[in-house]
Amino acid sequence: MNTPSLSRRALAVAAATLVAGGSLLALPASAQAVKEGGTLVIGTPQAPRHLNGAVQSGIATALPSTQIFASPLRFDDKWNPQPYLAESWKLSDDARSLTLNLRKNAVFHDGKPITSADVAFSIMAIKANHPFSTMLGPVEKVDTPDPYTAVIRMATPHPAIVLAMSPALCPILPKHIYGDGADLKTHARNSQDVVGSGPFRLTEFKPGQRVVMEKFDKFFLPGKPHLDKIIISITPDTQSLVLGVERGDIQMLPYAVGAVDLKRLKTNPNLQITDKGYEGIGSINWLAFNTAKKPLNDVNVRKAIAFAIDKNFITKALMGGFATVADGPIVPSSPFAVPDLVKYPLDLKKSAEMLDAAGYKAGANGERFKLSIDYLPGGDEQQKNVAEYLRSQLKKVGITVEVRASADFPAWARRIAAHDFDMTMDTVFNWGDPVIGVHRTYLSTNIKPIVWTNTQSYSNPKVDELLNAAGTIVDPVKRKAYYATFEKIVTDEVPIVFINLTPYHTVASKKVGNLPTTIWGPASPMDDVYMK
Amino acid sequence: MNLLRLLASRLAQALLLVVAVVVLNFALVHAAPGDPVETIAGASGGMSEELKAELRQSYGLDKPLPVQLGVYLSRVARLDLGYSYFFNLPVVDLIGERIPATLLLVLSSVICAFVAGTGIGVLAARKPNGWLSQTITVLSLVGFAAPVFWTGMLLVILFASVLPIFPVAEMRSIDGSDKGLAGVLDVLWHLVLPTFTLSLVYLAHYSRLARASMLEVLGSDFIRTARAKGLADRVVLYKHALRNAILPVVTVLGLQFGNVLAGAILVETVFNWPGLGRLAFESVLRRDYPTILGVLLLSAVVVLVMNLLTDLCYRLVDPRIQKR
Repeated sequence: MNTPSLSRRALAVAAATLVAGGSLLALPASAQAVKEGGTLVIGTPQAPRHLNGAVQSGIATALPSTQIFASPLRFDDKWNPQPYLAESWKLSDDARSLTLNLRKNAVFHDGKPITSADVAFSIMAIKANHPFSTMLGPVEKVDTPDPYTAVIRMATPHPAIVLAMSPALCPILPKHIYGDGADLKTHARNSQDVVGSGPFRLTEFKPGQRVVMEKFDKFFLPGKPHLDKIIISITPDTQSLVLGVERGDIQMLPYAVGAVDLKRLKTNPNLQITDKGYEGIGSINWLAFNTAKKPLNDVNVRKAIAFAIDKNFITKALMGGFATVADGPIVPSSPFAVPDLVKYPLDLKKSAEMLDAAGYKAGANGERFKLSIDYLPGGDEQQKNVAEYLRSQLKKVGITVEVRASADFPAWARRIAAHDFDMTMDTVFNWGDPVIGVHRTYLSTNIKPIVWTNTQSYSNPKVDELLNAAGTIVDPVKRKAYYATFEKIVTDEVPIVFINLTPYHTVASKKVGNLPTTIWGPASPMDDVYMK
Repeated sequence: MNLLRLLASRLAQALLLVVAVVVLNFALVHAAPGDPVETIAGASGGMSEELKAELRQSYGLDKPLPVQLGVYLSRVARLDLGYSYFFNLPVVDLIGERIPATLLLVLSSVICAFVAGTGIGVLAARKPNGWLSQTITVLSLVGFAAPVFWTGMLLVILFASVLPIFPVAEMRSIDGSDKGLAGVLDVLWHLVLPTFTLSLVYLAHYSRLARASMLEVLGSDFIRTARAKGLADRVVLYKHALRNAILPVVTVLGLQFGNVLAGAILVETVFNWPGLGRLAFESVLRRDYPTILGVLLLSAVVVLVMNLLTDLCYRLVDPRIQKR
């Protein structure tokens, strides 16, 4: 996963211009001949609200949406943009316009051709409706000089625009269907008779139960897709999903994290397992502090807590060795990650000394002060167990921690959104470009009563300045330099203790060929996947 | 006539109860911490402030609770259950899609429990102190005491890995391509374990009830007369005794319908059965108020109707009650 040597090249490719030929470059050269036909059953615990990724983010919708809708670009497994609906593209040197040259043979599932008008409509629709406001924030308009050229114009330089063209973030909608004036967020065609231009077309959607998609025979990439049918079977209970994979009812289980399940599935001779394909999502499991509250407003108290945590114990013992330690705000696989971070190796003595020095001497009963910790309910291994571990660990340095359970997600979200917490475990996604998924946690302008904003109340003008600069510059080397300074400051001031990378894995039957292992993994078109 | 007046007063009572149920459910559902917009933001991996405010406004969640309740009541009065916040689909459609699955599960369980329970009870009553009767008593106590989800989970473990002959989840095979007879058999195949689990508790109950009631009837004079006439044991047992002994079982069956519905929620969750129970459970986690309220309202109405029907049946069957 860690590819520092590649990052420089990847950066140059990702942000600068690239014109590629008609075919995809990044396909794994498989020695085995690809077989046509077959049905792939994908199991997931996540129920999508609907299937239109233009107005709904999240991995639940992304999985079906990226099969049904095609996007201007797609990415390989090294962060290089690849042609998809656009056969070539060019980001201007000032990063204020992106020109997309569309394929001329692409049609929607209803047979109508895809033109620049559809692209313009979709991009403005995403800007107006998508939950990630920073993703297309600077976009002003989309010019359409001819039916196969679309030029995205931006008010300020916006290097993240290339990544925002990804399948999960930029589905191209048919204007003749979704441009009827009805509110896109509640459009009837988001769930019924969904029309896109992706490799698969929707044949059945039962909310909370299943999504069935069949091969689109006029898909614009010749010879793709290989599968006849994809069925997404929604089962809220992870145990039944694991059983389903073992029994062979389900052939692919993306986003699997449980160490006990993974260990068991790994020994199964009929299954293959990979952790590739989750670099784009970039999920980090972390401990967040409410830095507005005493004593956590003291940076030395936060550092002392960080020194009391043994991340290796968490990843090895609590997560069965499937997770890797995280030390910074940007996932190591990202082109913008740097290894030079302030780290906090386990040192209980130092931790206690720092607390003493900060003026929090232990009382007669050995207690310095009390704190509470919240955690995201549902995934015990990544969240609750770590919270429990932190309680016992912090006890050793004289901090009494009360673990506060939340009945379900909305209960937790309410507490955190109201900033009514001392510490909380959390899992937050990078979403590819830092502008989309990283800035939101640290910008002082983003201290809001909403989960996954800066609920830490962390504020440093220098950090604001660095992030704003890094978000508006094209040169990848300079961009990376800004992020490097940012990463150093944030790990030094510890508004967050980064614990581990969420150990997402794709488990699949050995009968499945070409598992989705690009940076977006299962949240990207599965036109290369085949059944052996 | 007396019956008509009774029916009218019962209906009026039922209507008041429904209103009370709606108000109570509304209060309970809104008392849970967090709201649907938080869940939708969660499912989206984050959301801007403007969008959140816009969503709250479009769902009417920015208005004071009493106003929201008033709007909901007036909608329900017009038989409009609204739109699901989470799926953006009419609640009626969501519920309609799930009703057949729940109905199938509940009815097959009730029938199984009734037939098997009565049969076992009668068998046990023939020799109340024999080993068969003792075994049945012990087994039915165990069946009655074991929570349905526990039984269900044990069955899942058993049939998922040790003895994989029955499917342990869903209502159809995942590829779901079977049509016609094969499709029906596929559903029946999936129905086996959930029905067994749900009927087990009631089976225990009915068998105890049937046994007791049968014992009582078998001790009465008309049975002695029948025996004295020289009728075959089989005829006495099934034609004379059973017909009388079954009345209390029928009554309890009707009154317990609500319990079976409640049990179905657990069974549907354990076996991933795509019915109303699972919809209700998942909707609670999503704080999808209109869907939760819709399912609860429907369940309340079903239970009320069943009680009403039981009441009426009871009066028709037992003439002594009508006189009062």
